[in-house]
Amino acid sequence: MSAPGADTEPIRVMLAKIGLDGHDRGVRVVARALRDAGMEVIYSGLHRSPEQVVESAVQEDVDVLGVSLLSGAHLPIFSRIFEVVAQLPEPPRFAIVAGGVMPDEDCEALRRMGVAEVLGQDTTPEVIVATVRGLAREASARL
Amino acid sequence: MTATASLADRVVAGEQAAIARLLTRIERRSPGVDEVISALVRRAGRAHVVGVTGPPGGGKSTLVSALAAQYRRAGRTVGIIAVDPSSVLSGGAILGDRIRMSALAGDAGVFIRSIATRGAPGGLPRAALDAVTTLDAAGKDVVVLETVGVGQAEVDVITAAQTVAVVSVPGMGDAVQASKAGLLEVADVHVVNKSDRDGAARTVAELTDMLRLAPPAPGQWQVPVVSTVAATGEGVGDLIERFDGHRAWLADSGEGQRRARRTTAARIRWIAEQLVADRLRAGHPDFDRAVDEVTERGGDPVAAARRLVQRGLGAGAEDAAAGSDPPDSDPAGSDPEGSARR
Repeated sequence: MSAPGADTEPIRVMLAKIGLDGHDRGVRVVARALRDAGMEVIYSGLHRSPEQVVESAVQEDVDVLGVSLLSGAHLPIFSRIFEVVAQLPEPPRFAIVAGGVMPDEDCEALRRMGVAEVLGQDTTPEVIVATVRGLAREASARL
Repeated sequence: MTATASLADRVVAGEQAAIARLLTRIERRSPGVDEVISALVRRAGRAHVVGVTGPPGGGKSTLVSALAAQYRRAGRTVGIIAVDPSSVLSGGAILGDRIRMSALAGDAGVFIRSIATRGAPGGLPRAALDAVTTLDAAGKDVVVLETVGVGQAEVDVITAAQTVAVVSVPGMGDAVQASKAGLLEVADVHVVNKSDRDGAARTVAELTDMLRLAPPAPGQWQVPVVSTVAATGEGVGDLIERFDGHRAWLADSGEGQRRARRTTAARIRWIAEQLVADRLRAGHPDFDRAVDEVTERGGDPVAAARRLVQRGLGAGAEDAAAGSDPPDSDPAGSDPEGSARR
């Protein structure tokens, strides 16, 4: 009755590593921070394809899909992610977030593709948690 | 009503997004979800529901992945529900079972969902049972329910399965651990995974000895001990044969019907408890009135409780008769209500 709505449900987040990028220290730190903030984090493991990750995010019905990339291949990989998303029978309710190392000039391109937020390597855990919460609230409204 | 029917229809048609959406609503116990499950129960019952449990580190996720791959080679579709514990401190969870199941990606014949325990002792078994019904109604030939076999809630979850496999690994004293956790009683099949390791033969012998202490009566199921190496797929085909054998025995012996009856009893009890519990919380007018009456006017708490339960049951029946639309069925407002009710 007095519950503050969507905030009381655990937020579900999928964290994914795509392609030839074997560095998962950062994504593990983020996973831990989100878990400690009360969220349920589904981690994909390393070396996934955009198809695999989108399929998993649909099946898990997550609120937010976070893709961590340190390989420099963010533009082609996100472009492929949005192609796969566009082929889904219905638009997913999750927001897509980019994390890792990407030059400022690419951030605008990522946003134009449909990335909701770009969280660079210097983003603090507090900001990541707050950003995911905000996006999850919007995604929950689409449930 | 139409929305309810269409979500059920879309699940039965096997639409991934619809299945995923319903599983979320089940977890949140969103308003109207019971009506969707009711519609699906009638269209379920075809799947073989297999539970895989055991202590952490036994390679359960890898085994489930190998099982699913083998089922797929035989042309059978698979649904997987992987349950992991929530953190006691934050309520959050890291659900990593999918990492070991990446070989199944890209196959429309496999649906995988990770579920956290969310610290709800009674809520989890009910959600798991509803999730099994969902994947069953969606046409999966086999539904695999994977849980960490520690804690009563996790053991309760596994009772939603028709065939239960308890997974041990060599050299961890798991036979003893399994016995302590009460897992031996629920095992229909024992699996010794990672059986290429030292001590595998001894673990098999320990389990076999333990089973010999309570030999089955004629016509009863003889619990087998199967050795596997999930990482290579060794023994997995044999394991599936044992599962299928157990399913055939369930049908022939009448035990399957007895287990289905037990599951139905649990389902009815959960729904009934919810109907009553919804009226037994601060904020419900009848409940608040009863509390006022007892605290301020010296009323009898026992009589007040009896009246509440009787009125609750009567009102619940009226709600059901009035139609399946919950009073708060507008999409924007329904979510917070559902959360408050948990």
